[in-house]
Amino acid sequence: MPGTTAKSYFWRGVRDGAPFVLVVGPFGLLFGVVGTEAGLNIVEVMGFSILVIAGASQFAAVQLLSDNAPTLIVLATALAVNLRMAMYSAALVPHLGAAPLWKRALMAYFLVDQSYAVGAVKFDTEPQMTLQQKVAYYFGIVAPICPNWYLLTLVGALVGKSIPPSFALDFAIPITFLALVAPGLRTVAHVAAATTSVAVALALAFLPYNSGLLIAALAAMITGAQVELWTKGRMA
Amino acid sequence: MSGDLDTGTIWLTIIALGIGTFVIRFSFLGLIGNRQLPEWVLRHLRYTAVAVLPGLIAPLVLWPAATGGQTDPARLAAAFVTLAVGVLTRKVLLAILCGAGTLYLMLFLIA
Repeated sequence: MPGTTAKSYFWRGVRDGAPFVLVVGPFGLLFGVVGTEAGLNIVEVMGFSILVIAGASQFAAVQLLSDNAPTLIVLATALAVNLRMAMYSAALVPHLGAAPLWKRALMAYFLVDQSYAVGAVKFDTEPQMTLQQKVAYYFGIVAPICPNWYLLTLVGALVGKSIPPSFALDFAIPITFLALVAPGLRTVAHVAAATTSVAVALALAFLPYNSGLLIAALAAMITGAQVELWTKGRMA
Repeated sequence: MSGDLDTGTIWLTIIALGIGTFVIRFSFLGLIGNRQLPEWVLRHLRYTAVAVLPGLIAPLVLWPAATGGQTDPARLAAAFVTLAVGVLTRKVLLAILCGAGTLYLMLFLIA
């Protein structure tokens, strides 16, 4: 029965997604705390985690909101953080593109770093999986991850108010972002992009409305892409 | 932090960011379909996160608002430890814990 195998693939997805709760949970908790500290109420904090469901961009948006940056700058910067998801979306089309529209819309909503990474590896290593099995597996991955993202955001928002200023939570965002970026500095091109981002952002910090950051991000992307071309050319 | 954010701005940000992020996620799965992204686009997309986040935090590390923009040895040390642990171990949570530990230890020692 196809329904039975789809069900077993769902549970395989759950099993493969479950370990990532240990990564996503603490981030949700931290976002709840940081969002509350920044002056958001619980509904607003939950609005971010449920409607946006993309941690790094949420932290970026909250930081820029507290800097009183104009909304357009907040949006452009936070969306730039999420642009990588277009790459994920493209990578999943060969596997999930034939599903009904409403399922593709739901899968797109749940497209996060973890569901992409786990799903893409599985679909590539088991090409004999049917569409139904792949869809079931995909929803299995997100079943433990996303509800815990919401839940731990809520817990963070609830306890956030009672954390005293001596805990220096102003520095939670820098530490989180440094920890997120550091493992990604795996090639010369990534290091060059990060260095450019820092240098240009600091040099243009005097510009109004945090607009220097967008220029820095653009310069850093171009630098990363160019250095990649250059280093690949030398290896070839 | 400021704490004087107005509700309209916050919800405008949440909803627009939610829609924009969904459109990015839905782009190929829902709208463009089975078409290859040009190589030069992929090459730039690979660097988006590493292009935005370092520039966002660099001023926060060097000129923290909590100390009135004065460079703070505790925060500088915490940032350095987080980065070093993250680069060496590739473990995100471990890097956060070591960074936070350094920050509290330094704040405790300096105070």
